[in-house]
Amino acid sequence: MSRLNVFTQSKSQMVVEGLYQDLERRITASPPGLCPVDISASFLKLCHAQTCGKCVPCRIGLGQLENLLEDVLDGEATLETIDLIEKTARVIANTADCAIGYEAANMVLKGVQGFREDYEEHILNGRCLCHLEQPVPCVALCPAGVDIPGYVALVAEERYADAVRLIRKDNPFVTACALVCEHPCEARCRRNMVDASINIRGLKRYAVDHCGVVPAPLNAPSTGKKVAIIGGGPSGLSAAYYLQLMGHQTTIFEQRQSLGGMLYYGIPSYRLPKERLAEDIDNILSTGVKVELNTSVGNGEGQLPFSKIREEYDAVYISIGAHTDKKIGIEGEDANGVISAVELLRGIGDGYKPDFTGKTVIVIGGGNVAMDVTRSAIRLGAEKVSILYRRRKADMTALPDEIEGAIAEGAEILELCAPKQIEADENGNVTAIYADPKIIGLIDSAGRPRPANSGKDAVRIPCDIIIVAIGQDIVSGHFADDGLPVNRNAIITTETGAVTGVNGVFAGGDCVTGPATVIKAIATGKVAAANIDNYLGFHHVISVDVEIPSARLDDRPACGRVNLTERNSNDRKKDFEICENGMSCKEATQEAMRCLRCDHFGYGVFKGGRISQW
Amino acid sequence: MVSVTINHKTIFVKEGTTILEACQIAKMPVPSLCYLKGINDIGACRVCVVEIKGMERLVPACNNVVKEGMEIRTNSARVREARKINVELILSQHDCFCPTCVRNGNCTLQSIARLLGVEHVTYKKVLPHHHWPKEFPLIRDAGKCIKCMRCIQICDKVQNLNVWDIAKTGSRTTVDVSRNRKINEADCSLCGQCITHCPVGALKERDDKEKVFTVNAPLNTKKKISVVQVAPAVRTSWGEMLGLSREVATPKRLAAVLKMMDFDYVFDTNYGADLTIMEEASEFLERINHKEDYEFPMFTSCCPGWVRFLKSQYPDMVQNLSTAKSPQQMQGAMIKTYFAQKLGVSPEDIFSVSIMPCIAKKAECDIPTMNGAEQGKDVDVVLTTREIVRQIRSMNLDIANIPEQEFDSPLGEGTGAAVIFGVTGGVMEAALRTCYYLVTGRNPDADAFYAVRGMNGWREASFHLNGSVIRVAIASGLGNARKLIEALRNKTVQYDFVEIMACPGGCVGGGGQPIHDGQEYAELRGDNLYQLDRNAALRFSHENPDVIQTYEDFLGKPLSEKAHHLLHTDHTAWKMPGEV
Repeated sequence: MSRLNVFTQSKSQMVVEGLYQDLERRITASPPGLCPVDISASFLKLCHAQTCGKCVPCRIGLGQLENLLEDVLDGEATLETIDLIEKTARVIANTADCAIGYEAANMVLKGVQGFREDYEEHILNGRCLCHLEQPVPCVALCPAGVDIPGYVALVAEERYADAVRLIRKDNPFVTACALVCEHPCEARCRRNMVDASINIRGLKRYAVDHCGVVPAPLNAPSTGKKVAIIGGGPSGLSAAYYLQLMGHQTTIFEQRQSLGGMLYYGIPSYRLPKERLAEDIDNILSTGVKVELNTSVGNGEGQLPFSKIREEYDAVYISIGAHTDKKIGIEGEDANGVISAVELLRGIGDGYKPDFTGKTVIVIGGGNVAMDVTRSAIRLGAEKVSILYRRRKADMTALPDEIEGAIAEGAEILELCAPKQIEADENGNVTAIYADPKIIGLIDSAGRPRPANSGKDAVRIPCDIIIVAIGQDIVSGHFADDGLPVNRNAIITTETGAVTGVNGVFAGGDCVTGPATVIKAIATGKVAAANIDNYLGFHHVISVDVEIPSARLDDRPACGRVNLTERNSNDRKKDFEICENGMSCKEATQEAMRCLRCDHFGYGVFKGGRISQW
Repeated sequence: MVSVTINHKTIFVKEGTTILEACQIAKMPVPSLCYLKGINDIGACRVCVVEIKGMERLVPACNNVVKEGMEIRTNSARVREARKINVELILSQHDCFCPTCVRNGNCTLQSIARLLGVEHVTYKKVLPHHHWPKEFPLIRDAGKCIKCMRCIQICDKVQNLNVWDIAKTGSRTTVDVSRNRKINEADCSLCGQCITHCPVGALKERDDKEKVFTVNAPLNTKKKISVVQVAPAVRTSWGEMLGLSREVATPKRLAAVLKMMDFDYVFDTNYGADLTIMEEASEFLERINHKEDYEFPMFTSCCPGWVRFLKSQYPDMVQNLSTAKSPQQMQGAMIKTYFAQKLGVSPEDIFSVSIMPCIAKKAECDIPTMNGAEQGKDVDVVLTTREIVRQIRSMNLDIANIPEQEFDSPLGEGTGAAVIFGVTGGVMEAALRTCYYLVTGRNPDADAFYAVRGMNGWREASFHLNGSVIRVAIASGLGNARKLIEALRNKTVQYDFVEIMACPGGCVGGGGQPIHDGQEYAELRGDNLYQLDRNAALRFSHENPDVIQTYEDFLGKPLSEKAHHLLHTDHTAWKMPGEV
């Protein structure tokens, strides 16, 4: 017998490695709405297969937990069974020798505590609380419920104008979303089970780049009703669009000189050029929306009182967004050269581009806005831009593509650095920031690791400009004065968008949810339009007469996903022109043909595959 | 047109033709199980799979359309293996104790297994169990359900009540009452369309035969006088599953068979139907003459599935229903009062059975107010057409050689107007014939109201009656009923008189009728009823001599106080689940 052997992977091991990867992708593509108890039982079976078999709790206990969960699912359990599951899992968690056992038991415990009512429903009524109401994963995860398989199929057939018309049934910001949507639709794409998700946003981009001018549909006959919309961002404009189509006359009151809200004032034009945003806004306004720019609503001098709007209009929609900045709360924050991200981006939006030539810039924050100001600062001529972040790069909430984009353009990421103090010269101008080095620590309840004390001394980082990008807030004080319910500055509404307890007033978007994504804001505008229509005593239906291509039967062999490329970083960082390149026609067709058409294959052909009107 | 090659034979079919249809056209039929044309084309059972040249995977024929140049093989070894295995998988979770199943011999799963030569099941047998209230008129057997989803689709798409839904996910996915309700808490109309479209025995009627035919039942103990009534639509369908032609399976031969079962009196619900017309036509004229006192249109009330639907879906419109009881309940009331009086016996001494094409009738006879004699139920037991057919079969009779017999008097005479109660539009037509007579004093041509006939789900017509125009509408199928009601509520239509039947085509398509999977027999059966009407000696309800006699001897005249007490009902006196 030889003393040592070089490790070689057996054929079966290699196959299993491949299967692990298949499984990982499959879990990614788990459809929303599955029975949590059934899924827990399945996970448990996998965990049990991983046991080495040495220790009792793991070898036997996990199997007995499986049996108990099966009893629950088969309707053969009593409420006491839940206690036994909990007790058994607790003992396994307390006594298993390694993580294979105790982590498996912890998963069960989390479930018993997190969805106990599902356990109880199975036991008491032999039923499950869950429902596959929207079985098409991309549609289920799109807040606005856009008919994604429909428009992807239209792109495959090169019917780009029809694709845009179909999208507009649920979302009037087709171009903006084609360029900047966070695409939650792609997260659980069933194509992950084969290879990788469809590049849905990329396909939408191809459609809007090649559709030509697509006119809005005709409005329904006028109802004579007037709706006021306070705030002309994505939510307010979406509500205005659908309300106009339903025959109501809307008027938008916008505080600033341009419409678009955060799409205009928050997202830099290298991601969303102003003329591309105008495509969407022009289409929305073509339905006859009245607009009052530079009109602030409130009870102050020169403001339009809310009470007056309520008197003059049949319904009101409040969509004022979250446009004020949050402070870090450290010494020296009021020094010259410390600016908020919101302020910088808004200024650029209104045409004021500060000159950062030769300046050293520090950006504080790790979200998408932090990346936006970083990349804007580079374009404004900064010599060096560093992002100060108290956790690791991996923990940043910004989209990975945005982080990579910033790095490619020359930004530096200072991980595990928490801002401590800002230093200024005798004129009050920023000279440096002190940061506490951190180590990464325990995971918090939300699943993110906390930064912890490193025991090292603070470091001084010289700089000329500090941009604070740690979140936005809502300015809703005057609405509270007018009697609207407000919690931590957010306006309180029901699920329908109706402001709780105030007849005829609806609200949505960031001012209700806090800072969120564009598509969420659009969705709230759509919901509000439907419910305002009902409130006004109507039931207008929004639909579109686009015939969706039938699903192809062809095989769908595994095929790589087409990712969008960006302009060369050396060129793009010098201007505010759009960074991202669209697909070629060949790429778009290939990518669209990868779609598995979950609206037809699987549950979609039976229920919920297509919602053709709302 | 596109050209497709099926098993090496090239044919041309219209664009949009499904592979299944194309294979039928090419005379190379593909077996299917879950598929139900126009209702369920979800490709769930994977029995209808075919092989298409150039495609790696097999394709279901039911929900995919042919493409130019497609080369299809319906019978390759790969296809046959797939079909057989899929049927074996279904059988592994199906309660295959076929001899005791009501669908034995009329089960699509059984016939497909035989067709494909499935001679054993390789897989472990796992049967789901589920509790179901045995007393409910509609029974679901989870062990027999093959999850084809047809019941869900029929209830959603045709009846628009959404009583059924998918329940649970993963391996335990099944069909159950929607929104986690229990069936007796649901707004089920009991139309039974889910039963007649179930390919197997998972859905069936509550079998009440034992209450009638066992050794200890009244029919055999002779402690009570047993009386049976036969609904109009039963006479056209009862022979279908007994292998009898329509010439053999006549109403009078059914009467003879029922007498062989030892019923003391065999009556015809046609009598009750004619009585219904006398009351309902009079009521309509009363409402028309006092328009300000009533809500319009007046709705017919003889279909208990429809009454259940209206009460649960549009409770605010219940006052639009005619207060007339259904023919079954009028006949039942007369059996336990008028007839009992004639015999000189107490109502309690009569055991009253009805044979109906309907599941909802089983619930209707249990409504507490349906006790005209105030001594128990007017109709004690309701049997569906299918139950009586099973009972007849069990008697092993040479039916063709049994001489026909007349229905018994005095509740056995019926007119052509009553016969057509069994088909959509028939109640309306019968009522209009008598309305015309009551208003003008003379009979119209019996076919004058022909315009109300047809199989379209929603029809309308208007007629001149003594100078005024009567606008009528007829709908069958509850989805159509809902559309009609929504149109009434939106004021896009206006009618004076509306007939609604819960089942598509009326009682001929009833939920208690014989089942022919994949085929709709309503129109054929309806034609038979119209033929019976055409050939009837009497075609006007007001000319029914037994009915005339009944008014003379007992009731006085239509809408009299006694008639009100015995033949009319308060639809608000009982509640549907969830009705407030």
